Amino acid sequence: MSETPIIQVQNVTTGYGKKKVLSEVSFDVYPGEVFMITGVSGCGKTTLLNSMISLLEVISGDIFLDGSSIVKANEKERLAILRKIGVLYQSGALFGSMSLLENVSLPLKELTALPIDAIQRIAHNKLKMVNLDEFSHYMPASASGGMQKRTAIARAMALDPKILFLDEPSAGLDPSTSVELDQIIKNLSKNLGITFVIVSHDLSSIYNIGQRVIFLHDGRVMAEGKPEDLRKHKDPAVYRFFNREPVS
Amino acid sequence: MPFQVEEISAKTLKLEFSGRLDVDSISEIWGLCLAAVAKRHPENLEIDVKEVNYCDSAGVALLQALHEIQIKDEHSVVIKGSRSDLDAALVVKENVLPLKKIIPKESLANVFLENLGARAFSVCKDLRGNIVFLGSLAYQIYFVFLNPHKFRWRDFWCSMEDVGPRALPIIALIGFLIGLISTFQAAPSFGQFGAQILMVNLVGLGLVREMGPLLTAVLLAGRTASAFAAEIGTMKINQEVNALLTMGLNPVRFLVTPRILATMLITPILEAFLIFFGLVGCYAVMHSLGYSLEAFLNQIYQSVKPLDYLGGLIKTFVFGWVIAGIGCLHGLKTTFDAQSVGRSTTQAVVSSLIMLVLVDGIFALLYYVLDI
Repeated sequence: MSETPIIQVQNVTTGYGKKKVLSEVSFDVYPGEVFMITGVSGCGKTTLLNSMISLLEVISGDIFLDGSSIVKANEKERLAILRKIGVLYQSGALFGSMSLLENVSLPLKELTALPIDAIQRIAHNKLKMVNLDEFSHYMPASASGGMQKRTAIARAMALDPKILFLDEPSAGLDPSTSVELDQIIKNLSKNLGITFVIVSHDLSSIYNIGQRVIFLHDGRVMAEGKPEDLRKHKDPAVYRFFNREPVS
Repeated sequence: MPFQVEEISAKTLKLEFSGRLDVDSISEIWGLCLAAVAKRHPENLEIDVKEVNYCDSAGVALLQALHEIQIKDEHSVVIKGSRSDLDAALVVKENVLPLKKIIPKESLANVFLENLGARAFSVCKDLRGNIVFLGSLAYQIYFVFLNPHKFRWRDFWCSMEDVGPRALPIIALIGFLIGLISTFQAAPSFGQFGAQILMVNLVGLGLVREMGPLLTAVLLAGRTASAFAAEIGTMKINQEVNALLTMGLNPVRFLVTPRILATMLITPILEAFLIFFGLVGCYAVMHSLGYSLEAFLNQIYQSVKPLDYLGGLIKTFVFGWVIAGIGCLHGLKTTFDAQSVGRSTTQAVVSSLIMLVLVDGIFALLYYVLDI
């Protein structure tokens, strides 16, 4: 693992209107890492992710993605930073009027000057990486939840990002599809060296693919470390969470 | 009565409960019990529940209310003789409604000022959002004209089909009925002066200059503005708009521009259909009154000038722009709660109708000044 972090979150405080959701959150993510953000429902996981991908303004603190601050960036710089990242949303967020292949081709069509045959070839390759090439003509409505999530990962990878942000990738999936998705993430991390930041409260997924994890509680980082280490954490809230015990 | 009040000392009041503390008994003693404590303001309140053999959630609520009175007065309260089942009930209730110090309400003046400030801030924020949207829209339309290959042509044609041909039956029906009813209603009055042929002027000019553009726009406001708000609102909830943003794509260019250009181009065609069917309705009445088609067409030709039609046509372009713009704007403003799509849809229709009347008024003034 390299010494220079690819993501630095420094004392980030953020929220919605008057309501603060995160207070003074700090952590680093290193290149090639599968980094998990977890915690109980409502602890601010998705809020943190939205701040990291500049969908939500931070109140104070800074976030560096690949060395550039996304908080202080102007519009042009922000777009340049966004080119280095890909995002998988909880719902998949595929465009219903486009086939799976067209969904994956979209960023390439819109943001590059590549000829259409090159775009098609790249999109097919990306779909192959998530084992979906033979279903490329499917429309999202006729694809299963797992297929939609995998297509969304392929779309997020279309521009070869350095970092992939995944919001609850296993939400709404059956256990075997969830494991299949975990395997794809593992392979992409290992083969392509992509850094993954995954928001999840699926413990089996955290233990399966997470190399490092932070546990958020009441908008603060309560624990940070390897998933197995957090299983033996001294704090009762962390211990209970990582050992699937009831909160009270 | 399952409770007794006893003043142990000047500072201490004891409430002794017995028997069942359930919904039936509590409904009888609730007011008396609270009044007994509220009237005396005891520094120490002892609640004895030793003799209580049953306590349901109404009983727990009473104990909580007594507790709150004491906390509010910054006085003490002790529950004596409690048993495990009652303790459990109290604990459960405490978890639901924590017994904490009640924060005094802010004065009305403060609340009013705070609400006024919040409202003003919200209006300014809304206004800023609308201006940013208009600016972004103008830039994206300009961008599309310079880079037509970057335009979402498929979305444009789909929107055109949705807004145009699919709205045609209702446009034709309303146009026909308006022409027919207007002529029919005017017939007796015009008949008194032997000027029934002039009804063609009334309906023809009315349709071409005012009714045609406005009715088409009103129908589209109900049909298209709401559809755009719902479509884009649902995309927002499904995080598709967020996906565009994080891909570095502009949602206004991607989602709004095709819809606005399609609506602007199709509205004048729909208006022409509405006028045509309105005139057909008018002719149906004129025919029943014994006028020939030649006379009808000749009267139309004499009364309606190309400039009249042009005046209406310009309005329909602007109306189309207003309807589609407002529909898309409200779609993009959709938040992530359950009612938001419905709210956006309603707001889109209401705002479009208000804006249509406003824009029509501006056009009326402008045409009056220009003598059109």
